[in-house]
Amino acid sequence: MQIDDRLALTTPEGATLTLLPAGPLPRMVAYGVDLVIRLMVFLCLLYVLSELAELGQGLLLILVFGLEWFYPVLFEVLWRGQTPGKRLLGLAVVQDNGAPVTYSSSLVRNLLRTADMFPGLYLAGFLCMISDRRFRRIGDLAAGTLVIHQPAVTATAPGASGAAELPPDWELDATDRLTLTAYLDRLPLLSSARQAELAAPLFPELSPLEAADRLAAQARFVRGQP
Amino acid sequence: MKQHDFETHYGPFWSEFSALLDQLDALRQRQPLPPLEQFAADYRRLCHQLALARQRGYSPRLVEQLNQLVLRGHRQLHRDRAPLLPRIGVFLAEEFPRAVRRQWRWQLAAALAFLIPLVAAWLAVWLSPSMAQMMLGSQADAIEMMYADREQLRSAGDDVMMFGYYIFNNISIAFRTFAGGVFFGIGALIVMVFNGGFFGAVSGHIVNANLTESFFTFVIAHGAPELTAIVLAGGAGLRLGLSLLAPGPLSRADAFRRAADDSLPIIWGAFALLLLAAFMEAFWSPRQFDPAIKYGVGALSWLSLYAYLLLAGRERTRE
Repeated sequence: MQIDDRLALTTPEGATLTLLPAGPLPRMVAYGVDLVIRLMVFLCLLYVLSELAELGQGLLLILVFGLEWFYPVLFEVLWRGQTPGKRLLGLAVVQDNGAPVTYSSSLVRNLLRTADMFPGLYLAGFLCMISDRRFRRIGDLAAGTLVIHQPAVTATAPGASGAAELPPDWELDATDRLTLTAYLDRLPLLSSARQAELAAPLFPELSPLEAADRLAAQARFVRGQP
Repeated sequence: MKQHDFETHYGPFWSEFSALLDQLDALRQRQPLPPLEQFAADYRRLCHQLALARQRGYSPRLVEQLNQLVLRGHRQLHRDRAPLLPRIGVFLAEEFPRAVRRQWRWQLAAALAFLIPLVAAWLAVWLSPSMAQMMLGSQADAIEMMYADREQLRSAGDDVMMFGYYIFNNISIAFRTFAGGVFFGIGALIVMVFNGGFFGAVSGHIVNANLTESFFTFVIAHGAPELTAIVLAGGAGLRLGLSLLAPGPLSRADAFRRAADDSLPIIWGAFALLLLAAFMEAFWSPRQFDPAIKYGVGALSWLSLYAYLLLAGRERTRE
């Protein structure tokens, strides 16, 4: 079943956690969102502080410095690994053991952004990212951090109750059970034509629509009725 | 046990644990903690349930839901929440100077990469003044103007503006120097050589223009933390870059990560030194005092900085 780039971690408690490292595209978009936010903050500051002449200019420079170097660090440490852009895209920064980022590792990954940007448009970082199995850029390699997807999971089981269930007519192993329950998870997303197409080869003696009903009923038997 | 029974049986426990995690995530420092006696035991139960769900082929949705819950629990359990202020104290008193001494080879290399071009450029400009135009270009006159007329008074607003400028400019340079070191140390070396040469050429030019006093009374005090911090950032950058060239017994990835870990105290320290330098440069250096006082404070600044870097945080030998 493992055809994606999930990363399995073993915690000290012996549990296996899976993380889904995020690739260049969502991270690029998140960076763009942050860039726009920083730009807007900068323009607001410019507008407010220009009232204050030299004093305002000094404060402005200090705040610009903060926006450039510490905006990502403070957000990542204080906001569970997410800058506003990452939050919007459902991404988060974690240490590569799954623990939250610390000030030190966040500072390293954000300082080395300069190296990732070299020679322009994040070329070095991009090359590093696509040649690493976990999509780490140079800063992530140095800091030992990862950017992962943090999907919002639905807490309640989908599926109508009272639908027919039928014991499968073959001996199930764990993979079969997983396949059937996964199929049931995805059922609401599949059109009835696609359901029929998937089920037809399994029950060649039935019409495609009957086959789809049979398969769903067997899957419901495996999961137990909601 | 079928998946549905499993979910109904443990569902209430999961939502309870999830609510506790929400509470912990939203927690600010100094707030009273919710009761946590059961947390570790509950977390272990959850790990067990996740393993069961995987083993029994329960649906990916359920496995993912449990995985997220365990991940959040893992983060709470393994988070690093040491209070910040005492850590800063220990850092300044011990860790920073120790880190500098631990890296002395790289720091020495960076210092030489800075000093040799400095001396060479100074001598070159001093011996043949026309070199100044070549090395500094149109900046030569601007620099001369800047120090020719130091008598003019600066307002408090100017001081704050310059303070902001020094923070923005100098600390960004130090950070970029460090990052530039990633490319096998080349980026850091370029910054060292270029800045050393520039400073040397400026100094030589100032001496030629007979502005020695107004220039050196200005730069001597804040020069100690400022130049030192730039060299420290360069040394840390070299350490970082050379870990990729010569990783020793480690893999390149591990050597790189260890080098970053090792250099980090130096970067925080350079940051602190540059804050200090910006403060001195904005509020002390432009004040007009007797040159003897200015040179005295400058000497004190250099001496105390190097005494600090070389001596602070050494273990006392036990008697």
